[in-house]
Amino acid sequence: MDNAKRLVLSSAPHLRGGASIKRDMYIVILALLFPTAGAVYFFGLYVLLMLATAILCAILTEYVAKWMRRQSFHMDGSAIITGILFVLVMPPRTPLWIVVVGSIFCIAIAKEAFGGLGHNIFNPALAGRAFITVSFAGALTRWIAPVHSLLADGVTAATPLGEGFTTTLSNVELYKALFFGNVAGSAGETSALLILIGGVILLAFGLIKWQVPVFYIGTVALLSFLLGQDPLFQILAGGLMLGAVFMATDYVTSPLTTRGKIIFSVGAGILVVLIRKLGSMPEGVAYSILLMNAFTPLIDRYVRPKPYGYVKSRNKEAAS
Amino acid sequence: MNTRVVELLGLKSPAGVHPPSQKLAAGHAIERAPLPKSVILPLQQHIGAPAKAIVKRGDEVKVGQKIAEADGFVSVPIHATISGTVKQLATVASPVTGQPVPGVIIESEGKNEWIELTPADSETLSKEDILTRIKEAGIVGMGGATFPTHVKLSPPPEKSIKSIILNGAECEPYITADDRLMLEETDRILTGLKIVMQVLSVKRAYIAIEENKPEAIARMRQGVAEGSLPGEVEVVAVPAKYPMGAEKTLVKSILKVEVPEGGLPMDVGTLIQNVATLAAVYDAVALGKPLVERVVTVTGLVGTPKNLLVRFGTAASSLIEQCGGADPSADEVIFGGPMMGIAQSRDDTPILKGTNCVLVKRSDIREEYSCIRCGRCIESCPMGLMPLQFVNLVKKEDYESLANYHIADCVECGACAYDCPANIPIVSYIKTGKAELRKAGVR
Repeated sequence: MDNAKRLVLSSAPHLRGGASIKRDMYIVILALLFPTAGAVYFFGLYVLLMLATAILCAILTEYVAKWMRRQSFHMDGSAIITGILFVLVMPPRTPLWIVVVGSIFCIAIAKEAFGGLGHNIFNPALAGRAFITVSFAGALTRWIAPVHSLLADGVTAATPLGEGFTTTLSNVELYKALFFGNVAGSAGETSALLILIGGVILLAFGLIKWQVPVFYIGTVALLSFLLGQDPLFQILAGGLMLGAVFMATDYVTSPLTTRGKIIFSVGAGILVVLIRKLGSMPEGVAYSILLMNAFTPLIDRYVRPKPYGYVKSRNKEAAS
Repeated sequence: MNTRVVELLGLKSPAGVHPPSQKLAAGHAIERAPLPKSVILPLQQHIGAPAKAIVKRGDEVKVGQKIAEADGFVSVPIHATISGTVKQLATVASPVTGQPVPGVIIESEGKNEWIELTPADSETLSKEDILTRIKEAGIVGMGGATFPTHVKLSPPPEKSIKSIILNGAECEPYITADDRLMLEETDRILTGLKIVMQVLSVKRAYIAIEENKPEAIARMRQGVAEGSLPGEVEVVAVPAKYPMGAEKTLVKSILKVEVPEGGLPMDVGTLIQNVATLAAVYDAVALGKPLVERVVTVTGLVGTPKNLLVRFGTAASSLIEQCGGADPSADEVIFGGPMMGIAQSRDDTPILKGTNCVLVKRSDIREEYSCIRCGRCIESCPMGLMPLQFVNLVKKEDYESLANYHIADCVECGACAYDCPANIPIVSYIKTGKAELRKAGVR
């Protein structure tokens, strides 16, 4: 090596591991493929149309938002995830114009207006759903039973948690239906099995902490049991599984430390049961997570890892 | 149990990261590098006050001759590492800090003439004599920190030292100098340990070696069994997880206690010494030999990675040539390991007392994105800190709050930045934050 060649003066560490934002996002998309496939299987090709619309709108909105903020646009996959998640929490026959408005809101307001990836306080997909729920409540009343064919239009049906839900199935058969996904509900929330597969993928790659879904679901189960409800039904019905695996675990909007995440999950679990029992909404998962998202900065402020060699006494602290 | 298995099972394992070990030179026995034709000896190769030159231009010197006097207690002398003539006293750039430091340049006459050495029997020497010999030989911590050894071995009387930990962890990727030393110079290391145990009146010692060096572990165990060390000496295979070789991490792993914040290992009754330092202690005390050379692993994108025995002041470029030259695609020369080493602006900077490795590599500079709060930096920090908070506060220029987050505890190991998916140069932000705090007068 001759001296004439300029050497690069990088700063330590001069070596990087394999982690990258893109890789994280694509693993999440891989995990999401399972409940997404389920959504298409149970509710038909229209869901695919919703997905394409949502993803396209999300990407375009992010592109425009970045342009307006004079920042560079990176195709890291996060907009795709928001688009997919947004569709998975909406009723499977939501009019496309609502999908458009909703996904634009998710990205423009819930994400970019807060500062973009890493800076948003609220889970963008859930924030979008909440926005649609309050703004276009009427449009969200059309729930259908699973169609099991790609093109059928679908028959209106009550969701398991909704009023007027009746079934002729025995308990065991109902649990099976709830587990495999053969019930009405939002596009991606019905199949606990597919969501669990996605969860295993996320755990295997170290993208989520097992404490979050376990404490979230566990709290709901325990509280439902104490309130005299059927804990297994409360876990499998509604959007709890989807929320526990894909939304409460989102590292941007949940606390940084494991202890903090546990507090978050228990709090969200309590809120779900309260909203379902006492609130006028049949489902409380979206709001439980959004409300705990609001507490995340507070949790992070007070729940910190213990530094190595931490000495409690005030004298030492003042002196050091 | 192997660290990876422990992690897979979800059992408790020390905080840290797993950079690929890349111990390319592990199988190469230590080779003496040919003596250089000239050496540049900065007078600051240690922590503490720089040494003061006692030679002038034109003086003839022999190998081992003192050319700079220690300046005070926390300082050590510098010795000529080749015989010849002092070419000039000049200000040189320190390979570690980049700042100008006084230096002595010696040109060789090709003879390698040594001063007369005065060997001694360490068992007859008093504690003070031993410490004097160590200081006069210019010995500093050779794991890279270069703290004057005689100072380290003189803890204040109120700190009672119960054990010594020998640091043979060598947790950084690429570096194999200590590994080879443990395999080939076992007796020198263990006799040095004996001397140190004698000085400190300590009856317990642990030899920490990362589990990825099974041969060194076996060899040291054999050496301990055959040797006549005073007291209990145990070879401990520590988890191979970076930064296991950092003092505080090692204390926790072996003694299961934590050094208090702002404190030193002596606060929990122990002292840590690198294996190369102890070999140098043996040389100084028993053979009367000053510190003039060390084993340097020259590795990375070179023809043949090797472990060379190098006289201080040798230009890194000659060592790289020794190893078959650098690959044309390489554009970085790093003194030290890839995690904490310092990138050099020229390839002919001199080897110092603390230079354990010359790493030739291709740079890997990635675009920095915004923090996504994934928390990996918090998980990998061995000191239990929140590195992303440091980045946040430095970006907001809120330097005072850095102290609330215990930034002083950071050892700058780089584990946080290694795992960061947003490629944030966290250590650089931390260094900036610490510098700003120093400027503001806050500790």
